[in-house]
Formats: sequence, C-alpha cells, structure tokens
Amino acid sequence: MTAEAADPVEAVGTVAPAADPGFLQRHGGAIEYILIPGAALAGALVVFGIFVAMFGKNPLDLYFYMYYGAFGTWFSWQNTLTRAAPLILTALCTALPAQLGMVIIGGEGALLIGALSATGAALVLQGMPPLIVQIAMVVGGVIGGGLWVMLSGALRQYRGVNETISSLLLVYIALAVLNHLVEGAMRDPASLNKPSTREIGAANMIGSIPGTDVHWGLVFGLIAAIAAYILIYHTVFGFAARVAGGNIRAAKIVGLNVSKLILTICFLAGGAAGLAGMVEVAAVQGRTNANLAAGYGFTGILVAFLARQNPLAIIPVAILLGGISASGGLLQRRLGLPDASVLVLQGIIFVFVLASDALYGRIGFLKGKS
Amino acid sequence: MADGSIGLWTVPLAVLGGAIRVSTPFLFVSLGECITERSGRINLGLEGTLVMGAMSAYGISYLTGSPWLGVLAAGITGALLGALHAGICSLPRVNDIAVGIALMLFGTGLAFYLGKPLIEPTAPRLPAIDFGWWSDIPQVRAALRVNVLFLIGVALAPILYWAFRTTRWGLLIRTAGESSDAARAMGHSVLLIRLRATMVGGFLAGIGGSFLSLFYPGSWNEGLSSGQGITAVALVIFARWDPLLCLWASLAFGGAAALGPALQSVGVTSGYHLFNAAPYILTLAIMIITCSPKRTLTGAPAELSITR
Repeated sequence: MTAEAADPVEAVGTVAPAADPGFLQRHGGAIEYILIPGAALAGALVVFGIFVAMFGKNPLDLYFYMYYGAFGTWFSWQNTLTRAAPLILTALCTALPAQLGMVIIGGEGALLIGALSATGAALVLQGMPPLIVQIAMVVGGVIGGGLWVMLSGALRQYRGVNETISSLLLVYIALAVLNHLVEGAMRDPASLNKPSTREIGAANMIGSIPGTDVHWGLVFGLIAAIAAYILIYHTVFGFAARVAGGNIRAAKIVGLNVSKLILTICFLAGGAAGLAGMVEVAAVQGRTNANLAAGYGFTGILVAFLARQNPLAIIPVAILLGGISASGGLLQRRLGLPDASVLVLQGIIFVFVLASDALYGRIGFLKGKS
Repeated sequence: MADGSIGLWTVPLAVLGGAIRVSTPFLFVSLGECITERSGRINLGLEGTLVMGAMSAYGISYLTGSPWLGVLAAGITGALLGALHAGICSLPRVNDIAVGIALMLFGTGLAFYLGKPLIEPTAPRLPAIDFGWWSDIPQVRAALRVNVLFLIGVALAPILYWAFRTTRWGLLIRTAGESSDAARAMGHSVLLIRLRATMVGGFLAGIGGSFLSLFYPGSWNEGLSSGQGITAVALVIFARWDPLLCLWASLAFGGAAALGPALQSVGVTSGYHLFNAAPYILTLAIMIITCSPKRTLTGAPAELSITR
C-alpha cells in the first residue's frame, strides 16, 4: 500500500487501466470486473441516499422509485431501453479511442453534428422512398459525427493538441453550429417558439420494434456495440489498436501505421455518436432543434468508464444508466426531487467508479481484512 | 467621437468592456489552474467548480445579504472540490483527467440540484467602481464599470509570477511539477503539495464563479457557464503556464466573448451563435498554432500527463 500510494508518478502518468491490453490477462478473473464496479455503484447509491436524506426524503422511497421507474413495469422498461439506445452509441465514442489510450469526451458534439447531417440528408431527399432516405440519414449521421471526432484525432496526431480538451471545445462549437443553422439556413419558418428544422416526414421515421414502444435505435446500438467488440478483440486491426494503446513506441517499431489507426478509430467513434444523433432525429424528435443537446453525450462518457471501455459491457451499463435517467421523472413527481438529481447521482457514480480503480488487484487483501 | 453618437465605435468599445468584464472568470480559473498544473496535475473539473462557485456565491449572498461572504463561500466550495479531486487522484492508478471529467459532471449536477430554489430570488450583487466618470458617453462609462474582483485578478497575476520564481512554496510547487522524485528526495510529500495546489486552484476557480452570478451576467441560472471553465483550462496551456500570459490571454478571451453581443447591438445578428462560439474557436485555433507533435511545449511541467 505505502509503496504505491507514495508513488504519484504512477497515478498521474498512466491512462485508464482498461486501455492497457495486458491488464485483463494479467489479472485473470472477470469477477473483479463485476465486483468492483458493482461495489462502486452500491457505494454511490448509499452516498446519494444519504444526500437526499439530508433534504428530508426517505432514501428507501428513493431506491424503490428508482427501481420502479427504471425496471418496475413494462412501461418503465421500454422507457429505459429507449434511453439506453443513444447511450450505447455515445459510450462507444469514448470507449473506442480509449483502446488507443485517448480520452475523447466530445460525444455530445458528434451527436449534434450527426443529427444535423442526417436531417440535412433527409430534407434533401424528400420524396424518395423511405428506405433510401433512411439509409442516407444513417450514412449522413455516421459521416458527420465521424469527421467531427476525427478532427480531434487528427489534431492530436498531427499537431499534438490534447484530444480531451479539443473534443470538449468542439462540443460547444457543434452546439453553436446547430443553433446557427437551425435559426438560419435550415429553419422551418413555421417553428416560431422553438426554432427547428423542417420535419423529416412521418414516412421516413424509423419507427418501433414490433410489439414495443422501443425504437429501432436500440438495435442499431446493439449491433454497433457487438461490431465494436469484434473489431477490437477479434481482428488484426483491433489488435494493432490495442498494441498502439499499450505502447506507442513499440507499435511504431513493429511498423504499425499509428496515424491511420488513430484516424480510423476516431472516425468510427464519432460515427457511433453521430448515429445516436440520427436515431434521436429519425425515431424521437422528427427534426433537429436544441432539444437534441439532452446530455446523452456526457452520460455516455460515464457509461464508457463504468464499462471499463469494453464495448460489450457498455450494453448492460447503458441500460442501467438509461434506467436511472428514466426514473428521473418519477423521482420528480413522487418525491419532489429536482430533475438535476439524476445528474448528481451520475456524478457520484463517476467519482466512485474512478476511485475504485485503485482496488484492482487488491481484492484478496480486502477479503483477508474483513 | 465625443458628441454622443458614436456609431460603429460601439463594437470596439463593447469588446474593450467585454475584455474587462467577461475576462474575470477566465482570469481566475486560469490562474488557479496554472497553480494546479505547475504542481504536476491537471484539474479538468474546474468547469464544475466554476458553476458550483457561482451557485454557492449567489445562495450565500442571498441568505446573508453580503455578496463578499458569497465570494468567500464560493472560494471555500471550490477548495473543497479541489480537495476531492486531489484526494481521489492520490489513490494509486487513478487518472487525473478522468477524475476531472467526473467532477465536471458532479459539480454542475450538484449546482443545478442545490441551485433550483435560487433561480427566482434576487441576491445582492457585487459593487462596481466607476472608472468612466470622466466621459459623457454612456457606452464608455458602461465599458469602464470595473469590478474589484477584476482588479484583484489583475494584481494576482504578477504576484503569482513573482511567487513562482522567488518564494519557497513557489519553488516547491514547481519541483513537484518537474520531478516528483526530486521533491521526495528533498523530504517533501508530493501528494500534499499537489493537494494544496489543487485546493488553491479550486479556491480561485470558485471565486471566478462568484463573479458570474454576482456581477456579470449577475444572476443564477443553469446556462450561466457554458464551457468558460474548460476554455480557461485550455488557456493555461497556450499561456505556457505563465501567470502573466494567462492575464493577457484572459483579456483576449473576454474581448472575443463580447464580440457576439456587441455585433448584435449594432444590428449584425446573422452569425450571432457563431460569434458566441468565438472563444472556443479561438482556443482551438491557438492550440493548433502553438502545439506541436514533435516537441513538448516550452514551460510545460514535466510531470503533467496532458503534455506527455
């Protein structure tokens, strides 16, 4: 304990442990990967319970309504899954570059640009068969979001600009671009109170999975997460990416094209978030306006970290956090908690999850103590 | 231009006024972050600290009737958030950038939660000093209404510059930032130095937040800060960790941020949102120009994970 705690170089110098490909192998048991984030989540829930208790609310009521609002009924399950869909996609925006040791937090910006370009594609192709319009929207969303995040990757690779800061700055720039277009060139003159683009048309909406109110975006998210998992863990490209993430110098020595890796991964990452924007337009909003900046991009960062940047683990974690945000409305109505309480809980979870990084490899020590 | 109608002069005047008024939060956050980063750690959570500072300053000012107590409360809140950041970062294998992102989300969430009842009421605001008394032109007078916090910030920059160079604690912070081994060999706890540096950084960022809610724009709402904190963190990088350059960069940023509203006031409304994004575009542009993939930046603390 003392030897490592006294060594801040290690704490400061390394990127998230999940970016190290050898980490999983060295520590074997997947138990740690469930136990430690689970414990962090439980700890965060306890602290949040204490927090609301200070405001005179009963924490047990809180937990009950959170469960009920997230997973208690078929209705709440559908609400949860609908919210999980964009979270899976925006989480990939952080998790994919993390394989290269990059910390990208600009998923929100890629989502907005993806939504704009998808809407643009749909409006240009008005009157074409819906399937063609929808495919164009997917392509538009992926390319728009992909290029947006690829910009951060390119700046990092060619100019040495820190990708965390540049990707976050690009979120604000994306929001400005969206507002500029929505209130200017792309504005629907009929939208008076809330400036919006024209509707993409009911026929072009992607609709719901039969028998549910959950839209097809969930399937997009599942496919993207599984594809990302296969890409990272079962292809030569993914192996190369993980090598570069583990040791960039070694990667260059063995002749890997690091620039190509960074640009491709960043494009795919942004493409996922851009697809989230397309889904929000084509399945929920039907048009682009400032409502799209609902924070899915930022919650996605938390999902990625909680899933330890593993694309498959993102799926259950996104459902869990989708559930938490789905229960927000019920907490507001039944307990009178402000809508920001979900944000507070997410922040507490994030802090606990990061602090729990210190526990990996020490679980035996903890067991011995208790 | 002394005869009242000043026409297009409004724009440069408003930009000048903005440089003075809008720059203050940038200045405080960047000076605070400068101290933290010089000690070898980066705190991206100052965006959250800024919002928490704004909220607590407004709340305390409303409850006690004294805006200065509000400023103090904002500083203390910021220092506590800084302590939280430093505390988590001192655990082994914890990444300071990630903790910063977490605290950014946590700080804004907590501020929105606690600040809900504060959107309606009006709190006493900080007074301003009228440096434009000599002029008859209202725009000049408006531009030169200066808040004391701005003057404190301007004074703080050379003081910090001097302190980094000549004082004992300035040397300690720089040692921790350049080589933690050297600091340890001297018998100092690097974690403790960084804890203090992060708390002081948080304190200053909190005060920067109090300026937002108590002077300009001068009220509490959830859209109060949109990225000023993170822009200020980026600003430290191209100010090369130099407090004096932080001052000039903050002034430039304040001017850039005032450009949108200034153009709107003379009737140029077409690119309003794009002009509002000017500080972010400027930050990105300057980072692109000043960074280089080949060498580390001059003046960068060697222990800083962001420069690598």
